[in-house]
Amino acid sequence: MSAMNTLDTEDHVVVKNLCVDVTPDQGEAFGIVHDVSFSLKRGEVLALIGESGSGKTTIALSLLGYARRGCALKSGIVNVGNENIMELNKAQLARLRGRKVAYVAQSAAAAFNPSKRIMDQVIESALLHSVMSSEAAREKAIDLFKQLSLPSPESIGDRYPHEVSGGQLQRLMAAMALICEPELVVFDEPTTALDVTTQVDVLKAFKLAVKAYNITAVYVSHDLAVVAQMADRIIVLKQGRVMEDNCTDQILNHPKHPYTQELMGAINDDGPIVEKNDSTPVLQVTGVVAGYGKILANGLPQIPILDDISINVNRGETVGIIGESGSGKSTFARVIAGLLPAAKGSITLEGLTLEPNISDRSKKECQQIQMVFQNADTALNPSHTVGDIIGRPLTFFSGLQGEPRNNRVKEILNLVQLPAELAQRKCTALSGGQKQRINLARALAADPSVIICDEVTSALDTVVAAAILDLLKDLQAKLNIAIVFISHDISTVQSLCDEVVVLYKGKKVEHGSGQAFSKGPYHPYTDLLVNSVPAMDPKWLDSVAEHHQDMSMFIAENDELCRFRDRCSVCITGKCDTEKPPLRLLKNKKELLCHIDDFE
Amino acid sequence: MFSTIKNLPMSGKFGFTLVVFWLFIALFGPWLTPYSSNSIVAYEVFERMGGEYLLGTDYLGRDVLSRLLDGTRYTIFIPLVAAALACSTGTLIALFSAVSSKNTDETISRFMDSLISIPSKIFALVMIAAFGSSIPILLLITAVSYMPGSFRIARALAVNVANMDFVVVAKSRGEGRFYLAVKEVLPNIIHPMLADFGLRFVFVVLLLSSLSFLGLGIQPPQADLGSLVRENISGLAEGAPAVIIPTFAIATITIAVNLLIDSLRNSSSYASGGK
Repeated sequence: MSAMNTLDTEDHVVVKNLCVDVTPDQGEAFGIVHDVSFSLKRGEVLALIGESGSGKTTIALSLLGYARRGCALKSGIVNVGNENIMELNKAQLARLRGRKVAYVAQSAAAAFNPSKRIMDQVIESALLHSVMSSEAAREKAIDLFKQLSLPSPESIGDRYPHEVSGGQLQRLMAAMALICEPELVVFDEPTTALDVTTQVDVLKAFKLAVKAYNITAVYVSHDLAVVAQMADRIIVLKQGRVMEDNCTDQILNHPKHPYTQELMGAINDDGPIVEKNDSTPVLQVTGVVAGYGKILANGLPQIPILDDISINVNRGETVGIIGESGSGKSTFARVIAGLLPAAKGSITLEGLTLEPNISDRSKKECQQIQMVFQNADTALNPSHTVGDIIGRPLTFFSGLQGEPRNNRVKEILNLVQLPAELAQRKCTALSGGQKQRINLARALAADPSVIICDEVTSALDTVVAAAILDLLKDLQAKLNIAIVFISHDISTVQSLCDEVVVLYKGKKVEHGSGQAFSKGPYHPYTDLLVNSVPAMDPKWLDSVAEHHQDMSMFIAENDELCRFRDRCSVCITGKCDTEKPPLRLLKNKKELLCHIDDFE
Repeated sequence: MFSTIKNLPMSGKFGFTLVVFWLFIALFGPWLTPYSSNSIVAYEVFERMGGEYLLGTDYLGRDVLSRLLDGTRYTIFIPLVAAALACSTGTLIALFSAVSSKNTDETISRFMDSLISIPSKIFALVMIAAFGSSIPILLLITAVSYMPGSFRIARALAVNVANMDFVVVAKSRGEGRFYLAVKEVLPNIIHPMLADFGLRFVFVVLLLSSLSFLGLGIQPPQADLGSLVRENISGLAEGAPAVIIPTFAIATITIAVNLLIDSLRNSSSYASGGK
């Protein structure tokens, strides 16, 4: 221990030759983290970056002395301050966790108990460790709420977790972690589930808090751009091994290891936008109004979501739909698929009007429109084999059985670049990228003319997502299908789409060609979105202005005014809050819904 | 199958062994009886254990072991069939309800709620009073009174699964309700439903035994374990094995099934997707 103590004067956190093993239910133990070493000085922020399965979370959790079910911290040294985590017993670890080392999880929504008030949960660890009295803890919590720039810090603690937004909850969780003033905080992908505009706020709050309390932090993420804002140093991991360990500047500007270069490449790959001229609209959506709840006397739904949306999708083209959560983009997908009947407006497929409700559509029409969902984990039935999943549309639409069906399944697997042997397997054992390919393959099996992709890449790591996008482009070129691509990620949409629609609270605020979209002028909302995407520059976060408010789902009845006016930085008082915004047509054929008239 | 049994915890293995034992008795018991189960073989009533009659004699001097071997099949097989009926109909209705429109779902659920509110014993007494006691009537009564509970559990599970994306995908493909229910949803809820089946089996065993104890269950000359307890109740004061042994048998059957179910429930999770 004495040798360790001399290290402590310099290094606050030391991890040396850490190896973690996993023992599956059946079979032999194998290593998932191999010989990882790093050290951190007090107040330093280290980022662990890598794809899923790279061991980044496992390493981060080892700092809390925690190994997930089936895992075991096999060998190595993990020192935090003057404690060797590996040598502590359960009771000692319990004293350490939350007090000295704290953890901020990915999904705050899942980490909070929905039936307890926020304040009680935030101060719980302080009371548990009897660091301070209940009153002092409350005061401390309110201070933290202020520090993390949460709205109404005095009263937000009295609310329940479902009464605050996702971004706020994530910051509240940071407050929960910071209440005992820990020395080390582990952030595990804390902004992955958030919208870009919310992410900016949360990152800012984290950065300030880490500085203010001189906390050593380990930030786990798969997003290099996000990490660039937070970290002093970055460790790039692949399959449980350190690929590269260097300061942020070096990694961003002079990546040495080929894998780091690949990671950077996957992000910078914008790809050229090719102008296509095959203009036969295969899907036309005109003036669609849709929402949930009862249909009222005026023909509108009780809770309106989409208001007057029109798009045309041509054969072989991709139309991108962008918006934050709550913008109605997924609702739009459901309307096209007929899962949520539109209250007004029409959808035509190859010139023929479609019934709004799926149960009234013919089999042929159902076959033409296929959906691909965001999360392949929930979109693939865990009790079916891959062959059944892909084979079902073949049987259902074309009546294929037995050998011809098996052959076609193999062909389709081949098309999405998966080995034919997978057909016998269940999809639970496959990787995220493979699952998403199967998800896509199932849609292709129906031989559709339109595929609706709902956030197909957002649950994937950068490298895997780039591969899926390449596959999509490939397939489109081969099969000449039309794609409606729904996403919240602007760079993805920019690189893939021929036409881009921006939705805000169910209203189309901008519509233009992909080319016109690659540069301004933008609608103020699009502008905000574009500027909220983290750049590969450590100084970027400090340069973006604090201009965000949390978006509420509530839309006033018959609201004809600009729905973005409350968040808009260039809102014209007296005009934007009294008149309906006009639709402007710019020179590059881009349509904007805004009062501002000097875009060009 | 064998690896599942191997992986069971100790309590599960114990339960499994007992369940196998009782199934064996139920299947082959009638051929193993040392005496005829209905003939009076001894002059002494409520004889002690050991001796000529291994488990003693009953209130008429019949051999308890023989009566036990003969009666077990009623206590095992009637509940088995009744629980299978209750669970399969309950699950099927629940699946149909989960993939149907909200109105259909509500109507079915409220109907089931009203069935649940009828106490099973009172219902059984009324039905037996009206139609008399016979094996088909007993099957029907127990199946009907335990079906709504099974429906409730299956529906709660199925509604969760029916909202998963893979079901939405199938819906958007235009699949019919039958396919959605049986192919997409059912495989994902089958494990908890099997556990529920085991529980319901135990409930039916207890209900039938209590009905037999009241004299309303299996009618003489047939006798299940519950009837054995009732007819020998006068021996309770002197601690006759004729009343204790059948009681003990009912207890071990129900406890064994419970132990087995509990350990199965731990070792198979929904997340693994069923094997």
